[in-house]
Amino acid sequence: MFDVHHIRQDFPILSREVKGHPLVYFDNAATSQTPKQVIDVISDYYSRYNANIHRGVHTLSQEATDTYENARYYIQRHFNAAHPHEIIFTSGTTHSINIVAAGYASLLHPEDELLVSAMEHHSNIVPWQMLCEKTGATLKVIPITPLGTLDMDAFVSLLSSRTRLVFVNHVSNALGTINPIKIIIEKAHQVGAHVLIDGAQASPHIKADVQALDVDYYVTSAHKLCGPTGVGMLYGKEALLTALPPYQGGGEMIDEVTFEKTTYAALPHKFEAGTPHICGGIAFGAALEYLNKIGFENIATYENELLHYATTALLGIEGLKIYGQADPKTAVISFNIEGIHPYDIGIILDQLGIAVRTGHHCTQPIMDYFKIPGTVRASFSFYNTKEEIDRLVAGVRKAQAMLQ
Amino acid sequence: MNSIETKLDEIVAEFSFFEDWTQRYEYLIELGKSLPLIAAEYKNDSNIIKGCQSKVWVHAELDKDRLVFTADSDAILTKGIIALLIRVFSGENPNAIIEANTSFIDQIGLKEHLSPTRANGLVSMIKQMKLYAIAFQTQLKP
Repeated sequence: MFDVHHIRQDFPILSREVKGHPLVYFDNAATSQTPKQVIDVISDYYSRYNANIHRGVHTLSQEATDTYENARYYIQRHFNAAHPHEIIFTSGTTHSINIVAAGYASLLHPEDELLVSAMEHHSNIVPWQMLCEKTGATLKVIPITPLGTLDMDAFVSLLSSRTRLVFVNHVSNALGTINPIKIIIEKAHQVGAHVLIDGAQASPHIKADVQALDVDYYVTSAHKLCGPTGVGMLYGKEALLTALPPYQGGGEMIDEVTFEKTTYAALPHKFEAGTPHICGGIAFGAALEYLNKIGFENIATYENELLHYATTALLGIEGLKIYGQADPKTAVISFNIEGIHPYDIGIILDQLGIAVRTGHHCTQPIMDYFKIPGTVRASFSFYNTKEEIDRLVAGVRKAQAMLQ
Repeated sequence: MNSIETKLDEIVAEFSFFEDWTQRYEYLIELGKSLPLIAAEYKNDSNIIKGCQSKVWVHAELDKDRLVFTADSDAILTKGIIALLIRVFSGENPNAIIEANTSFIDQIGLKEHLSPTRANGLVSMIKQMKLYAIAFQTQLKP
């Protein structure tokens, strides 16, 4: 039984006040809040078994290693990867993408083509532009439609035997669009291309099965799904990760080191140079465990209810336009009010204790497409309520009255 | 007390009459709306300061030994603060501008507008105004 008031008690931050008002946190797509179950895991790590992993023979090091590796197993099972060593711990989605992009620098040729969607976060655009500069390969763009969905006909016509890589987000951070990644992966595979899916926005809402999707690379960040910042994962198929050269040199990632030749460690350590964010990895696992206890279906059903409630209420405001009307979409509403800059609305909402994101959301190509400087984005989580949405709507009305 | 300090005191005194944030912001919005801040010809790419969210344009020219600023922004609250900054800095001697401090923004309860989140370009704008003052100061030297 899903009881939001019961769930809210897990999140200490939700009881704080901002500028004299109870906090309304609608910036979940930027980062999610942390339940006490995860905070306790972090606190327990530093209180009881903080130690460096994989190398120490003492008890603390073994406990830390076991717990860290158990988190990897948990993450593997959650995403249904075939092997635990296909889960690489990284500092987050951006780091994960850069590992893959850097690896392909020695695998691409100038005649190769890469396809990126026009609704990507800058972190899934810039590393590929840098890769193209290095290799002479061409980056082509899959356009979007006025509803904020991918133009699938254009995508299919862009595919050719030259296409080596395709990058698409599972869910758009600025628009909430859930992309048809299974079809995209199938079509890309038909021409022999590899696909990287940015799952940062999807992971808190959708449980991705990497084997069922047959995806080549799937990346995400723990802080989007109730875990800490500074940790994330790169999932890659074993054969692909084995063929990919290492990203960083250092400790942890080696097999043997001599000045004549160093041999690299096997997966996953090949990509995990240096001491990792041990506590973060453990907390990442704990965050997924927390979400699984609530249940991804329960989360999706409830968030969808919030999305529809908020969409109807916001559209009641004169001059308000919503960007991104895909079906299906996650509980993200990007909007503007005619004649008002989104920044001004964000500042006034903050005075009322309401946290939203304003700006281009690191997706300038989307803003250029809609010819706007940015939007106000309210992104909901399973711990938000309809009463909070009522406060948002009242806040937007107040901002409108002050600013127009 | 020099002219800049007098103006700062006046602004702090004005804002002390406001009872809550709504009144402060309504005043800022009023300032932002009413002032013609920059000539269209100067609202160009060479005068732009790109914040992460709102844009600011700032232009400076020398009138005898005084520096005159004009500026604009696409966000109204940012524009309101620009109006305050122009009131303080414009028509002043470059030396006085270089030495002036901007802690009054904090004192009048608008601190979040100058946070280093890069959101609105105001921090860069103040830096730019001071850079203009430094540049024109060298021109004034015999």
